[in-house]
Amino acid sequence: MSGVRLLVGTRKGAFVLTSDGKRQRWDVSGPHFAGWEIYHMKGSPADPNRLYASQTSGWFGQVIERSSDGGKTWETPGGGVTAAPGGMPAGESNKFVYDASPETGKPLTTHQWYDGTQKPWVFKRVWHLEPSLDDPDTVYAGVEDAALFRSSDGAQTWQELPGLRGHGTGPSWQPGAGGMCLHTILLDPSHPDRIFVAISAAGAFRTDDAGKTWKPINRGLNSQYIPDPTAEVGHCVHRIAMHRSRPNVLFMQKHWDVLRTDDAGEEWREISGNLPTDFGFVIDVHAHEPDTVYVLPIKSDSEHYVPDGKLRVYRSRTGGNEWEALTKGLPQKDCYVNVLRDAMCVDSLDPCGVYFGTTGGQVYGSADAGDGWDPIVRDLPAVLSVEVQTLP
Amino acid sequence: MIRVVLPPHLRTLAHVQGEIELEIRGPVTQRSVLDALEASYPMLRGAIRDHVTHQRRAFLRFFACSEDLSHELPDAPLPEAVATGAEPFLVVGAIAGG
Repeated sequence: MSGVRLLVGTRKGAFVLTSDGKRQRWDVSGPHFAGWEIYHMKGSPADPNRLYASQTSGWFGQVIERSSDGGKTWETPGGGVTAAPGGMPAGESNKFVYDASPETGKPLTTHQWYDGTQKPWVFKRVWHLEPSLDDPDTVYAGVEDAALFRSSDGAQTWQELPGLRGHGTGPSWQPGAGGMCLHTILLDPSHPDRIFVAISAAGAFRTDDAGKTWKPINRGLNSQYIPDPTAEVGHCVHRIAMHRSRPNVLFMQKHWDVLRTDDAGEEWREISGNLPTDFGFVIDVHAHEPDTVYVLPIKSDSEHYVPDGKLRVYRSRTGGNEWEALTKGLPQKDCYVNVLRDAMCVDSLDPCGVYFGTTGGQVYGSADAGDGWDPIVRDLPAVLSVEVQTLP
Repeated sequence: MIRVVLPPHLRTLAHVQGEIELEIRGPVTQRSVLDALEASYPMLRGAIRDHVTHQRRAFLRFFACSEDLSHELPDAPLPEAVATGAEPFLVVGAIAGG
């Protein structure tokens, strides 16, 4: 029987939750990397045993971990203990150096700071790891300060795709409350050279030539918190989701507003409809129904918890605008948690499973596309990310 | 033989327990100790000092012989007691919490 593996990143370590296809009983493994912040973990679509994890700390910086056995054991790529010192040590899997060479497109050296002044780009951490669709050794990293890196040797070494920072609008990018991070990376399964990324607070961008050149794709976004609400960049996009059968259709949860594009980002339109609030972080699409979309509304940008003390996922079966609250099995009183941008995912079983993790340390799962929910674990550290692998 | 004590998270990262012992040829300085440490334990590169600038990470300190050596020059000689192995070189994480 097929099964699922949930990869849960928290403020104090990583957890791996596994179940069979019924998704009723779960085994919990962890904490891995105890005490470290695990911003994100994700498995390779080409090899489910190949996992990557972003392990980070305000004290010790960034560490990249890799597993080749589905999370049973981990290693820092290229960073093993050497028997005898000599030569240049390996261990560059956490070396994210911005490309400053003039040959690769005059990468920008400053961005806007909170007070409007210009600051140099400084690497802080990896927010998101996106493995290639077809090569287990190729993986992309979205980092803070916002940039996109790529590794083609299993995360041993990283090279920036500098065209993103260098395309011209960088000086007007600015950090959101969580920092200036590149948090969303979507690889187009039908167009190998096309990548979508999203940055807080700059907006969404697309490349059609494997990262050499990029264009902002923010037309139709309206953000009242920037001087020009319809500016080309400066929007605080929180998350974008795609269904692999229809990669030109994207769904976006922005700082405020839920939006949709049908032409790969050329134009967006709002689909918030009857949501109780259109602020939130997560958004995802049903594995088998490209017009079934999930969001989890959060009260506001100054009150980062669910409205009215009720934890409700909202589902649209019409591609937006008409939303229904999914509440069965979720707390409907005295609940004040948040769900962060990388903390919702769907599996590809039938019926589709939906999962999310909260800042209160709960991970909830639904084995029936959101109709009913059960807590898988209740008392983890604050959850930063949840990814799922559907196993053969 | 130089003795180095790491904070718990870095011991876990380096897969070591207790003190690390390093053989250093030439002057015993912060730089030579950290170079030798990173050469033997490459996973520590970037975790104590920046990959490129080699600046100490802000929330780490270097102690030895009851002194804070964090602001000493990287090539300044470490105390004789560290060089002889009588005292360890401590990499210390700043306290956080409340």
